[in-house]
Order: sequence, then C-alpha cells, then structure tokens
Amino acid sequence: MEFAELIKTPRVDNVVLHRPFYPAVEGTLCLTGHHLILSSRQDNTEELWLLHSNIDAIDKRFVGSLGTIIIKCKDFRIIQLDIPGMEECLNIASSIEALSTLDSITLMYPFFYRPMFEVIEDGWHSFLPEQEFKLYSSATSQWRLSYVNKEFAVCPTYPPIVIVPESIDDETLRKVATFRHGGRFPVLSYYHQKSKRVIMRSGQPLTGTNGRRCKEDEKLINATLRAGSRGYIIDTRSLNVAQQARAKGGGFEQEAHYPQWRRIHKSIERYHILQESLIKLVEACNDQTHNMDRWLSKLEASNWLTHIKEILTAACLVAQCIDREEASVLIHGTEGTDSTLQVTSLAQIILEPRSRTIRGFEALIEREWLQAGHPFQQRCAQSAYCNTKQKWEAPVFLLFLDCVWQILRQFPCSFEFNENFLIMLFEHAYASQFGTFLGNSESERCKLKLQQKTMSLWSWVNQPSKLSKYTNPLFEANNLVIWPSVAPQSLLLWEDTLLSFHLLPRDDAAQRPSPDADPVLLDF
Amino acid sequence: MEHIRTPKVENVRLVDRVSPKKAALGTLYLTATHVIFVENSPDTRKETWILHSQISTIEKQATTATGCPLLIRCKNFQIIQLIIPQERDCHDVYISLIRLARPVKYEELYCFSFNPMLDKEEREQGWVLINLSEEYKRMGLPNNYWQLSDVNREYRVCDSYPTELYVPKSATAHIIVGSSKFRSRRRFPVLSYYYKDNHASICRSSQPLSGFSARCLEDEQMLQAIRKANPGSDFVYVVDTRPKLNAMANRAAGKGYENEDNYSNIKFQFIGIENIHVMRNSLQKMLEVCELKSPSMSDFLWGLENSGWLRHIKAIMDAGIFIAKAVSEEGASVLVHCSDGWDRTAQVCSVASLLLDPHYRTLKGFMVLIEKDWISFGHKFNHRYGNLDGDPKEISPVIDQFIECVWQLMEQFPCAFEFNERFLIHIQHHIYSCQFGNFLCNSQKERRELKIQERTYSLWAHLWKNRADYLNPLFRADHSQTQGTLHLPTTPCNFMYKFWSGMYNRFEKGMQPRQSVTDYLMAVKEETQQLEEELEALEERLEKIQKVQLNCTKVKCKQSEPSKHSGFSTSDNSIANTPQDYSGNLKSFPSRSPSQGDEDSALILTQDNLKSSDPDLSANSDQESGVEDLSCRSPSGGEHAPSEDSGKDRDSDEAVFLTA
Repeated sequence: MEFAELIKTPRVDNVVLHRPFYPAVEGTLCLTGHHLILSSRQDNTEELWLLHSNIDAIDKRFVGSLGTIIIKCKDFRIIQLDIPGMEECLNIASSIEALSTLDSITLMYPFFYRPMFEVIEDGWHSFLPEQEFKLYSSATSQWRLSYVNKEFAVCPTYPPIVIVPESIDDETLRKVATFRHGGRFPVLSYYHQKSKRVIMRSGQPLTGTNGRRCKEDEKLINATLRAGSRGYIIDTRSLNVAQQARAKGGGFEQEAHYPQWRRIHKSIERYHILQESLIKLVEACNDQTHNMDRWLSKLEASNWLTHIKEILTAACLVAQCIDREEASVLIHGTEGTDSTLQVTSLAQIILEPRSRTIRGFEALIEREWLQAGHPFQQRCAQSAYCNTKQKWEAPVFLLFLDCVWQILRQFPCSFEFNENFLIMLFEHAYASQFGTFLGNSESERCKLKLQQKTMSLWSWVNQPSKLSKYTNPLFEANNLVIWPSVAPQSLLLWEDTLLSFHLLPRDDAAQRPSPDADPVLLDF
Repeated sequence: MEHIRTPKVENVRLVDRVSPKKAALGTLYLTATHVIFVENSPDTRKETWILHSQISTIEKQATTATGCPLLIRCKNFQIIQLIIPQERDCHDVYISLIRLARPVKYEELYCFSFNPMLDKEEREQGWVLINLSEEYKRMGLPNNYWQLSDVNREYRVCDSYPTELYVPKSATAHIIVGSSKFRSRRRFPVLSYYYKDNHASICRSSQPLSGFSARCLEDEQMLQAIRKANPGSDFVYVVDTRPKLNAMANRAAGKGYENEDNYSNIKFQFIGIENIHVMRNSLQKMLEVCELKSPSMSDFLWGLENSGWLRHIKAIMDAGIFIAKAVSEEGASVLVHCSDGWDRTAQVCSVASLLLDPHYRTLKGFMVLIEKDWISFGHKFNHRYGNLDGDPKEISPVIDQFIECVWQLMEQFPCAFEFNERFLIHIQHHIYSCQFGNFLCNSQKERRELKIQERTYSLWAHLWKNRADYLNPLFRADHSQTQGTLHLPTTPCNFMYKFWSGMYNRFEKGMQPRQSVTDYLMAVKEETQQLEEELEALEERLEKIQKVQLNCTKVKCKQSEPSKHSGFSTSDNSIANTPQDYSGNLKSFPSRSPSQGDEDSALILTQDNLKSSDPDLSANSDQESGVEDLSCRSPSGGEHAPSEDSGKDRDSDEAVFLTA
C-alpha cells in the first residue's frame, strides 16, 4: 500500500510517552497508515491509539541522541514521545507529518475503517429530508419539498431536497438562485408550531453597487409572510461589512424593495478572526506560568467568549422575533454557510424542545450543518496549533457546540444529552473513523460515495450501549422556550473541552470518550 | 422608631434592574427593622423586605419627571432602585434610612428584637450546638504534647482571645505571658488545628514586636515549645501572610517579623496577601463591574482582572495550600500570623484546616470551623462588617473572601462537601443581617459582657434545623474525595478560580442557571425515599390481602390512593423566563411584551415565600421554594409537561402518570 512509502520506520522500541497527569509509559511505538500506537505490551496498561488525522502540529527536539517529539492534537491534547535514536526520531516525525496531512480524502481513515459492531440502524438513512419534512407538513401546508437541486446544479452547496414556500415554483427558485451568493436561495430552516412563524436562511443577495433587485427573490420571501405582517432579516455582518460586500457584487436587502422586512445587523466574526481567537485561547490555557491577572487578560484578549456572546445574542434575537414578536425571520451573512448556521441552529435549540433531545440534536446537525453545506473539511482541517494561516479554517462548529454547552449549563435538566455528547461531536468533526463529517457539502459527499464506502457516526453513536454515556440523567422534557442569559457573568469557559488535559481528572467529569474506543482493524 | 420620619410612602416604583422599563408600583413602608415594599398589583401583592443592617449605601439621585430615584445597595449584593414621586418623601426616607442603617448601639440591632418563637430551653440548646471544647477533643486534645491553658481566664492576658486555649505542654505561664508581651495586642502563639495523624499543628498569633533588632527569650521559647510538641519534625514553619514590604514597614513601628537567626529551627516564609484596605477596594471595583448595565465580554473580563479580586482569592488559597502541605506532607508544624492575626491569619488557618480535615467539610464541621477560627479568636465582626456605625476604613470583606475560597474548592471537588452553595450564601447573609447573635461584637469578651447568649438566638441552630436545604446531594461520605486531605494540583492553575456569580450577582436571577441540579437531585432523593416507603407499605398490605384472599376469592382492592409527592407536583409555568434585551433594535415594532415571567426580577419576594424560615433572605427564599425549576421536575415526562399557555390541570396529569 502506498502508506508504506511514507512510513520509513514502522516500529521503535523503548519509546517513552508523557501525558499530563499520567505516569510516563515506556513501550513500543508503531506507525500504521492511520494510527500512531504506543504499546507497553503489558496487560492492563493503557495503550495510546492516536489517529494521524487528529494531529495538528508536531515539534521535535534533540538532546544528544535522544529525540523528543511533541504532538499537538486537534482536540487540544499535547503528548510527548521520547524516542531513542536520532534517525528513528526523524523518520517517525516525518512520517507523522506526511500521514497527518494527506491530501486525498479517499485516503482518510473512514475509507479503511471496518466497524466491529453490528449496525442496527444505518445512520446514513436516519435523518432523511422527507421524514424531517413530515414533521412540518402535518402542521402547515404552506411549504413543499423541492427537488430543483437534484443534480446540485442550482446550488452546489445545497442538498438535493430543500423546503420552500408552496406557492413558489422551481423556475422561480432557479431565478432567485442567480440572485443569491453561491446560489443559496432562501429555504426553510425551521417552522415554529406555536407562533406559526419560520426561520429561513440563504446567501447574501447579489445587489452589487448599483442596487440590483430580483422580483422573484422578493416574491419568494414575501410568500412566507401573512397579509399585513412583517418579518425580520437578520444579517450576521455589521452594516459596514455588508456595505463593503456590495463592491464585490454582494450586498443586502434594500428597504425600498423589501418594505415588509426590517433588517437588523448582528455582527458575528468569521474565518481567520475565529481561528486566531481559538489559537490565542488555547495558548492561554496551555500557559501555566502567568499569574491570575495575566490569565484573565489573555482570556479577554482571545475574544473567544466575546464570540460566544455575539453568536448567542443573535440566536436569542431570532428566537425572540419568532416566539415573542411572532414575526418570521430570514438569516444570512455572506455565503450563509457559517455564522448563518450557528444562528439558525441555536435559535432552534432555544425554541424547539425536540432539538434538545439526542435524536433531535442529531437531526439538527444533519439538517442545519451537514445538509446545509457547512464546509467541515475546510473549517476543521486544522485546529488551535496550526501555523499555516489558511483563510478557510475556522472553529465555527466548535463555537456552536460551545454555545450549546452554555445553554445546557444554564438549563441542566432540559437536554437529553450531556456534555460528553458535545465533546464527542467536536472530536469527530476534527478526526474520526466515520465518514459523517468528511467533505464540504452534500454534493461532495455524494461524489465520494460516503454512504457506500464509510460508516456513519450516527450508526455508531445511536447504539444503546453508546447512548448511555451521552444521556443526561437529569433530563425531564421541557416543552418551553428556554431563554439563556447572555450576560458576561453567565458565560463560562468550557473547561472540559478547552482545559481537559490540564485539569486533574475530576470525580464528576466522566472520562472523555475516545473516538477509537472500538477495536479497530489495522489497515495493512 | 424615633428615626423614622415617614413610615409609609405610596405610589413608589420599584425599578426592575434587568429591564428598567418594567417597574412595579406599590407602597413603601419603613419599620424599625426593615424597609418593605408591597406591590399594588392585587394578584401578587409581592413584598420585598430589606433589613436595615443589610444596607450598605443609600444614594439619592437627581430628580426626574417621574420622581426622585433612591438607590439602595446592600451588603448581600442586592441593589434596589426606588422612584419616589415627591422629593420631600424621598428626602425623608433617605434621612431615615441613613440613620436606621447605622445603629450606634448593639441594642438597636435586629437580633435583640428577633423572636423565632422558641422557648428559653430551645434557645439555650441552640447555643450549645456548636461546642469548641468538643472540637478540641475531636482533634485528640489534650494529649502528651498539648494542654488546655487557663492563662487567659477572665481575658487577663489577651482580651481578644477566648479563655479556652491550647498551648504546648512545655509552655509555662511565664513563657506565655512573656511571649504575649512581645506580640501585637498580646496575641501570643496558640493552637488552631492539631493534625492527629502526624502530630503536626497549625498555630496562630500576631506579629512579633521585633522592630529592627528586639528579641524576646520567652517568645523564642514559645516557638521552641511548639516545635517540641511535634516530635516528627525538627523545625517549625513561620508563615507571615503579609507581603514582605508591608512586614518590613511594620518594623519601623516596632513591629515586624521573626528573625530566623534568633529563633532556633524555624523556616520563615512570606505569603503576600494584601491588607484589608486593598481588599475593600478590590471588592468595590468588582461590584462596579457586576453593576454595569449590559457590559461587553471585554468590559467584564477586563474589569474583573482590574479589580484584582480573583488574584486575592488565589493568594489566600495559595497560603492555605502551602500550610496544608507543610502539615500533611512534611509533617511540620506551622505558626501563622499577619499583623494582628485576626484577618488574614483567620482566612489562611481556616482554609488550611478545611483542606486537611474532612470534618470541616461537613455541615456541622464548617460551623465549628467558623466558630473556632473566626468567632472565638476575635475576628472583628463588628468592625469588618459595619454592624454598628463606625470607621468605614475598618470595613473589609475578610470572611466573604474565606467563604468564596470554600466555594472555589466546592467547584473543584463537587463531592467533597456535605453542604451546598446555598449554605455559604446564607451564612454570608447572616454575617451582615445581625438577625442572630453569633457574629456580634469584636471578641468573645465583648459578647459575654453583652450577654449575647441570653438575649439572642444562635444562627447555627437555625441552620441545623433547616439542614435539609443545605445538603449537597453529591456528597458521599465514603467517596475518596471525602476522606483525608484535598489534593490540589501541584502548580495551582489560574483558571481554577472563577467569578462567583451565584454570590455577587445572586439577585440578578436571570443570570443564574435557570434550573438547579442540586434542587433537582434533592427532590429525586426525597421522591425515592417516599416511593420506597410507599413500596414497603404496599408490600405489607399485599401480604395481608393475600392472606385474606385465601379465605375470600373476591376481594376488591382499591387501596391505591394517589399520593402527593412533595416538590414534584406543584409545577406551574416555572422556568418561563423571558427573553432579555438581546437587541435594542426591536423597539420600533410595537412590542408584544409578555405578561408572564416575572421571576427574572430577582428582588421580588412573594408572600408565599415568606413562609420560609428566613424572612430576610428574600431572594434566596424563592430559590428555596424552587419556583424556577419545578417544571423540570414534573413527573409527567415528555409530552405531558405543560406549555406556557396551556391551562392543563396538573393533578390530572399527575394521576395519568401514576396510573400509567
């Protein structure tokens, strides 16, 4: 196999593994195509199985002929390997570097992973759009399924099936798609049964500098309003940024053309600003030398909690429009694949009890993140330790999970899942044996034939034996809207994700689930 | 009464601090002990009670078209904003409160009029609930090394110390008296905690009057005696909890710190905890941050850092950890002092004891700890917490900091403490409330002279009676954490220390988690217990019926009566909290502001809640009654929980559940 070329030294004896708060382990280090394995070859001794794709960065050091490799993982873990022999160490290091940065998706572990568990329910079919739509169609006839994007021709980042207003035909949708960034015409994200109002999402309108308009676009979104009622457009950019976007052909809805809609700008940061925030935050968490004040400064300077507050505030605002103002909402930023999805999905957590159950939350991830075209492959390619500042990497999904955790902490009895569930999703989004988070959109996933060639995360996680670890024992269904506090005093650092490897193992916190908890077959 | 210029003002508005546009109209009453606001709204008639002794500052703000605003800040971190229509009335209320909030003699304090309807015997029993003689016995004293000394009988040597003191056996009265003359306020070294396992001890004193070169043979002998009382170690740590600079400055005033050359076998150590003035300012700065109207994350974090509060908390913890380690790991005895040995010394000794001894992490043990290290050793409660009108420069949140240290530890070790956060909050409240006599005065001597035990009631008995409210459901006596010393990381992490919004923003209930895991678990526990009892009763009954059935085949059993599960059945709209002001932008639409969800105006106290044992713990009492989270405990499960608008009959729902 071609991996063999990358592995110059497959095995080194007498390697010492150091991890925070664990005693050092001496054993044999093995490199396989997808894993780094350290085994002490003794019974009852914990072994290390690390996916190469989980490795974010490595450093090497030498003292005499003793080499040390420091491995920084995408889940923020830092481990150290002492490797006797300079050549072996260099070989191992270069192999890890090569194997952790494989270009081709089809060489990734999910394509080689063979599950050792019996698949009771194929997760690839657990959340089909038709089934999800049934939940709405029983309550309203205003909406229909459209197959206009069947071949991914109208919008490459949308799924083949989307929900649109009943009165809008596919021809109109095609026209609207030309007026929206990336062809992302407004589609239904959520229908709130209580107020009968909806959340829609889209890409920015392509108004450009000369204020282009599109009658079909206006018709589409007005079709969602009742006579005489008004709606809100939440733009996840600041007015300034939205105005600047016009120069590049983008823009925002002009009041004159959308008189029934009121536009509110709720600025949420994107891309490298978020990535830098994460880098600074993790750096601050790892720095143990500074004193109390420096810690708060660094936490403040990372702006991580500011982003959390911004995102939650926007989501709360949307929920407030829907539930209190009884007005429908359209949400977009620029592409509509990042901050837009954070806001639409969090608003549903606040409004919809179902999305606070395990199945409902999985459905939400499937619908609002995977199907909606969040580019996981790009965003999660690197994590907090990356040096290459790629423009498209950003912890958008992690921020979303952190926001969910903040709400979970404020309403500890209203969620069927626990914190471990969120941590598990975070880890799998960055490195996994499952195909769920591969690719950037449904069309890419189709081309990769993930359904045929890889296992779905949901197949694994929805086994009763696995679910027990992710179930919140305090859960009592709460059918109310839950309004989180966004005051700075109420928002905390998500320690068990960001600091878990720096804190002593605590008695209340369950061990972090390892993505490799299941036995895996070696891929040679 | 003569200080009340106007006992009643009508048409006063109580401003909701979260959403200032919401204000409740009502009547304001001034009584000898409380400020009471009663809402006009006939449905609720909500009452807000504020004890005069809780009032920290009163601020009269500029009159506006709507009236004259009066801002009352309380020592338990409640903030009340009233708008009084007439400037004159406002002025009268202001002048009255200024006087009422600053009593000049002890007899004016609430505890002398507070009557919980207990007879004399009950009151006396309350005062002996916490018994320090018993506590020293529990530590294993007296023994071969330590003895009870009567040197301070009738407070002859030191008037801020208690009469009952443990000193090394080899310390003669001559040594003690000699040493006391060489120590500030004659607070000579005495035992605070004895660690049975290895004979090491924590002793406390005030600073030595060493100046630049003075020495005292008896004081040196005293330290020698402490060392000898611990045969396992050949030295004693002397921990000066002040910053070195402060200690050096004291030398110029004839005070200072121990010179290692003069004392044989001591290891001297500074641990820089700032003085009461720095701490007072730090709290002030932090409270200003808490009070900010919709601050940004940066405002908050920057303000928190700038206040230095968590740095000070960490300094106290670090000192406690140092001492606990010296005692448990090195087996060395430690003498702790600061300047007078009643503020930082009390903090540090009690933190160290808490880390070392699981007993202090129980309900009763914690009361004992406060009784010992704070009350008996002459922490100046009256001066520090401003119970009587006095020098504002003496006021400082010394015990508040200790209480926060305990909370920070509880966050780190959630199963190690028998009590919960509410216990700490209520103790803090009562340190300022003066409802009970425990924290009056500055020393045991003053309390005896005032005959506190004959004239007032003890908080400890009150807390003990209501201990069900204060239990930590996660506490397990057999848990590894519960035993022995609490082990913190070798390099204490900074992020361990968190802002305690449950204390400093506890009246902004919207900011707190809306469901309480503690309350939930306690309710489940209670439920389980009831069900078990029921099961037992039913099993007994079944047995009887089976016996009857032998005789008669047609027995109709209709015994199962729907039972009432306290705490589970009273669900109402519960956590129907309302959205906060997430954006100013929504204002231009005619707002359909919701009518329900007043729970987020934290300072409102409903009549119902007054039935709770503490009329003055206004905001806590609705926490106690669990108003906020009952729905989450409703037994009806998934689909049956009531939506905000549904008027479903709870009882029928419950019946469905029970029969299902």
